[in-house]
Amino acid sequence: MEDREIINEFLIESGENLTRLEAEIVDLERRPKDPALLASIFRTIHTIKGTCGFLSFGNLENVTHIAENILSQLRNGERSLTPVLTSVVLETMDVIRREMASIEATSVESGETYDDLRARLTRTCNEIRQEQGESAAPPAQDKSVATNTQESRAAEISESSSTAGVAVVAGVVGVVPELPPPAAKVAPATHPVEESSHDTSPVAGGNAIDMEKQTVSKASIADSTIRVDVGLLDKLMNLVGELVLARNQILQFSSKQDDSTLNATAQRLNLITTQLQEGVMKTRMQPIGVVWNKLPRVVRDLAASCGKQIQLDMDGAETELDKSIIEAIKDPLTHIVRNCCDHGIETPEARLRASKAAQGRLLLRAYHEGGQVNIEIIDDGGGINVARVKQKAVERGLLRPEHAEQMSDREAANLVFLPGLSTAKEVTSISGRGVGMDVVKTNIEKIGGIVDLVSRPGQGTTVKIKIPLTLAIIPGLVISSGGERFIIPQVSLLELLRLEGESGKKQIERIHGAPVYRRRGSLLPIAFLNEVLRLPGVAAESDVLNIVVLQAENRQFGLVVDDINDTQEIVVKPLGKQLKGLASYAGATIMGDGRVALILDVLGVGQRSGVLSEAREHGRAEDGRHDAGHEDRQTFLLFRAGSFERMAVPLSLVARLEEFPASRIERAGGKLVVQYRERILPLTPLSPALGGAPTELADPAQVIVFAEGDRMAGLVVDQIIDIHDETIHVGTSSTQPRLSGSAVLGGKVTDFIDLPAVLCTTDEAWGSGSTPKHHSPVPVLVADSSSFSRGQIRNYLELSGYPVVEASGASEALAKLERHPVGAVVVSLPAGGANQLVDEMRRVPSLKSIPVITVSDDTAAQDAGSFDARVDRFDREGLLRSLGRLSEALQEHSPSAELAGVGGREQKQ
Amino acid sequence: MTPPPSVTPEHNPTALASRQYSTFTVGNFFFGIEVLEVQEVLRHLEMTKVPLSPSVIEGLINLRGQIVSALDMRTRLGLSPRTEHETSMNMVVRSVDGAVSLLVDEIGDVIEVQADAFESTPDNLPPEQRDLIRGIYKLEGRLLLVLSTERVLQVSAAN
Repeated sequence: MEDREIINEFLIESGENLTRLEAEIVDLERRPKDPALLASIFRTIHTIKGTCGFLSFGNLENVTHIAENILSQLRNGERSLTPVLTSVVLETMDVIRREMASIEATSVESGETYDDLRARLTRTCNEIRQEQGESAAPPAQDKSVATNTQESRAAEISESSSTAGVAVVAGVVGVVPELPPPAAKVAPATHPVEESSHDTSPVAGGNAIDMEKQTVSKASIADSTIRVDVGLLDKLMNLVGELVLARNQILQFSSKQDDSTLNATAQRLNLITTQLQEGVMKTRMQPIGVVWNKLPRVVRDLAASCGKQIQLDMDGAETELDKSIIEAIKDPLTHIVRNCCDHGIETPEARLRASKAAQGRLLLRAYHEGGQVNIEIIDDGGGINVARVKQKAVERGLLRPEHAEQMSDREAANLVFLPGLSTAKEVTSISGRGVGMDVVKTNIEKIGGIVDLVSRPGQGTTVKIKIPLTLAIIPGLVISSGGERFIIPQVSLLELLRLEGESGKKQIERIHGAPVYRRRGSLLPIAFLNEVLRLPGVAAESDVLNIVVLQAENRQFGLVVDDINDTQEIVVKPLGKQLKGLASYAGATIMGDGRVALILDVLGVGQRSGVLSEAREHGRAEDGRHDAGHEDRQTFLLFRAGSFERMAVPLSLVARLEEFPASRIERAGGKLVVQYRERILPLTPLSPALGGAPTELADPAQVIVFAEGDRMAGLVVDQIIDIHDETIHVGTSSTQPRLSGSAVLGGKVTDFIDLPAVLCTTDEAWGSGSTPKHHSPVPVLVADSSSFSRGQIRNYLELSGYPVVEASGASEALAKLERHPVGAVVVSLPAGGANQLVDEMRRVPSLKSIPVITVSDDTAAQDAGSFDARVDRFDREGLLRSLGRLSEALQEHSPSAELAGVGGREQKQ
Repeated sequence: MTPPPSVTPEHNPTALASRQYSTFTVGNFFFGIEVLEVQEVLRHLEMTKVPLSPSVIEGLINLRGQIVSALDMRTRLGLSPRTEHETSMNMVVRSVDGAVSLLVDEIGDVIEVQADAFESTPDNLPPEQRDLIRGIYKLEGRLLLVLSTERVLQVSAAN
C-alpha cells in the first residue's frame, strides 16, 4: 500500500517533470547555450533516473541513464545540440511516458528493454567521445562563450555566498576553469564526483547535495502550496453553486421582511458568498500555458515530418481559465495548431518564392476581454484558398452555387467549419480527412464559446476563439413568455428593444409571413418565443412588444418575449437524460423563489424558429455589430443633464443604463456611490461636473454606467433621450474643459462630453485630455482591440473633422485598408499586433507611405520604433498634433489632388 | 467500485430470494420497486413545465437544490391522464444518470415478498407495458407488478 503511494507520487511528479522537460528541450533548440536551461533539463532527468533506480524500475533507469549522459555532454559543452540529438532525447521522453503508463496500470514495467533506442542512444553518446578523442578541444569560439558565462556565474555566486557558505564558494571559484557553465549555484562543486560515479547509485554524491540545495530554495514554496484533488475542488464548486442559490433565496425572502437584523445578516451572507465564490473559482483556475506547453513539441514534430520550418511564439500563457474549460479546449486547440502547421504554413521553398522568410511563424495569443478569454492562433502561411473552399462546398452539396457567388470571403473562409469539408489536396496522416474543424467548432460551442476565422490570401490565417471564464456560474437575463420564466445567457445578448403601442407593433413587418424588424437600417429576423416553444400567446394582449436581440454564430435575431425581468448570476445545472435531446435548452437553474427555470440555448432556439438556418447557407451579417455598408457610422446615446439639453456619448463606450432608487444611493468619502453588482460604483452627477448648476437627484436616478477593465463609473443624468446612428460630418471643438465639442446629430446641435475628463473627477485613473485644434479632411483608420478605447479615439478624431474607419484587429485593419483609402492609421493593438500591422503595411506598395501613429498606455515607452509617432492613450492633443503634422507632411510629398480625391471618395461612401 | 446491487437482478429476475419492495398504485395497478432503488417519497412538489418535451415528462422539480425530471407514470403506462383534482405523489428513484421522480397516484407500504411467489410476465400483456415489467409476485388477493425502472426511464426527447 505504501509502495503504491510512493509510486503514485512518482508518477504525478514525473508526469509534471516530463511535460516541462519536453517544452524545455524544444526551447533549448532555440537557445542551445542557455546554461540555466541546460541545468534545469539535466536536473529533471536526473531526478527521474534517481527515482527509477530507487523504485527498482531497471529498464526505465537504463534508458534514462544514457539520455542523461548525452545531456551531461551537452551541459559540459562537449557537444552542441543537433536536431537528431533532440529527436533521440524526445523519443526517450516518449519511452518514459509509455513506461509510466504501464506502471500506473500494472505497478510494474512493461518488460520491454528498448534495445534499439538504447543502442542508438549509446551510439550517439559514444560518437562524441570519439570526436573528443580526435579533436581534443571544442572550437575556440565556443570556449570563449563558455568562459564568459563562467566568469559572470562566478560573480553571481560570490554575491549569493551568504547562504551558500564560504568554503563552497571558494571551491567553485577554484574549479571554474575546467568546469562547464555551472548548473546551479552549489551544484558545480559536486559535479566531478558525479561524473566519475556515473555507474554507481544515482542517489549518491551529487544528488544528495543537489536535493539539499533544492530544499533550501524551494522550502518557502513547498510550505505555502499543497496538492489538492480536482474532485474535491469540483465538489467545492458545486457546494458554492448551491450556496449561491440559497443566498439568492434568502435575499429574496429578506427583502420582504422588516427585520433589520435579518436584513443585515442577509447582506453579510451575500458578501461572504460572493467572496467565497470568487475564491473557489480562483482555485480552479489554471494558466492556459498548461495546454500550450504540449504544443512546441507538436509543432516541432509536425514541422520535421512535413519538411517545414516553423517558429512557435506564445503570448499570454499566464492567462487563466477554469480547469474544466482548459480540459475542453485542449483537443480543439491542438487540432487547430496541427492544421496551421500542415495546411497553413508553406514549405520553405514556397515561402521563399512568395518572398517571405523561409521560417514560418505561428503565434498563439491569449488575453482576457470583457469577462471572456480570447485565444488567437495566427499563422503567416498561405491563408485559405477561398475559391477552393467554395468549390469544395458546392461539390459536396453543402452550399448552393448561387449562394457561393454572393458569399463574402470571410464567410467563405468560415465554411471550413462545415462537417465533411477539407481543402487539403491529399489526405495526410496529420489532417485533411474532413473531420476536425467541425468538431473543433462543436466542442468550442459546447462550452459556450465562439470560433471565428479570418484568412488573408498569401498572408496567413487567424483563428479566434472566445470562451467564457467559467462554466458553472454565468450571468443571465430572466425573461418570461407564455407564463413561464426562462433565462438567456448574457453572452448572447446584444440589446433590448421595446416597441410601444399600435405604432410599435406596426414596426414588425412581414416578408412572406416571416417577421422582420428594421433596426438601424438593416433587417433583423424576428421570432416569437411563445410560438417557438408552443406556449400560449400572451404577447397579443399587451400593447408593448419586448424584443431581445441575440447573437449566435455571428448572426443576429430578435426574440419577442412577454416580459423582461432582470439579470441574475445563475448556476447552470444539467438537464436529465430524458431531456438531453432538446436543443432549445442549455440547462436549468433554481431561482430565488426556489422554482426551477430553464436556460435557453440561443443557437437552438434560433435554429428551431428558422431565423438561423441550420446549414448556414447564407449568413446575413458577417460581422457582429458593423453591417458592411454602415461601418463608418457610429451609434450615440443621447441624454439630457441640467442645462445641457442634448448631449451625446458614443454608445460603444456605454456599459449599461441603470435606474437607481434614491434610497440605494449612499455617500462614501463625500462622493455618491451605489452598491452595484457586488461592487461599489462611484456616481458623478453630470451637470455640476460640467460646471452647470447642481441639480437635485431624481428618484429613481438615471445612470449611465461606463466600464473599462476593472474600472467602473456612473454618470447621473436627468433623462435618456434616444439612441442615434449617424456619422458626424460637422463638428466644432469646445472651449469648455469637460466637453469635447458639438456636432449636429439627428438634425439638432448636440454637445459631446469628453468622457475621460469627466470620469477623471470620479477616478484619477481614467486619464485626461484637452482641446483639439487641427482640422484636416484625411480619413483615418483606427485599429484598436478595445472597443472602449477605439470609440474614444474615434470620438476625438471625428470631433476634429477626421472621418473614421474602425478595425478591431490587425487583420481587419488590413482588409479595410484595401477597401477604404485612408490618410493615416492610428493603432493600439496588444502584444505585437501593432508591429504586425505596420510590417504588413510596409510590404504593400499602396499602403507603404501611410503614416502610422501608435497609441500606448505605457508612458515610459518613448521609442516610436517602426511607427511614425507614439502618443499616450488619453493625450488627445498629442494625437491630433501628430496627425496634423503627419498628414501635412504627406500632402507635401504626394500630389495633393490625389489626397483630396481620397478624402472625397471616403465621404461619399 | 461494485455496481449497486439493484442493477443485477434485471437480467435474472427468477433468482430473487426474499426481497423488499416499495409499493404504489397507478390507476388500478399495484406496482413495486425494489426498496434499494427508491431514494425517497415526497408529496406533490411545484413543477416547472418543459415546453417541447415528450408528454411523459411532467416537468422539473427542485429537490433540495438538485434539478430532477418528473415522469408521469400514467402517461408512461398509457393510462388515462390524471384529472385536475387528482394529486400525484413523487417517488424519487435512483438511476445511473441521477435521480428521477415518478409521479404515481398513491404510495403504499414497503412489503417483503417470497421468491417462490415470483412469476415472469405473462405473454399476453400489451407489449409496451410488458416491456416495463420485470415480473409479477402473486400476493394474497392481488398481484404485485415489479417495475423495471431502467426501462421506465428510457424516454428520450428528439427536437
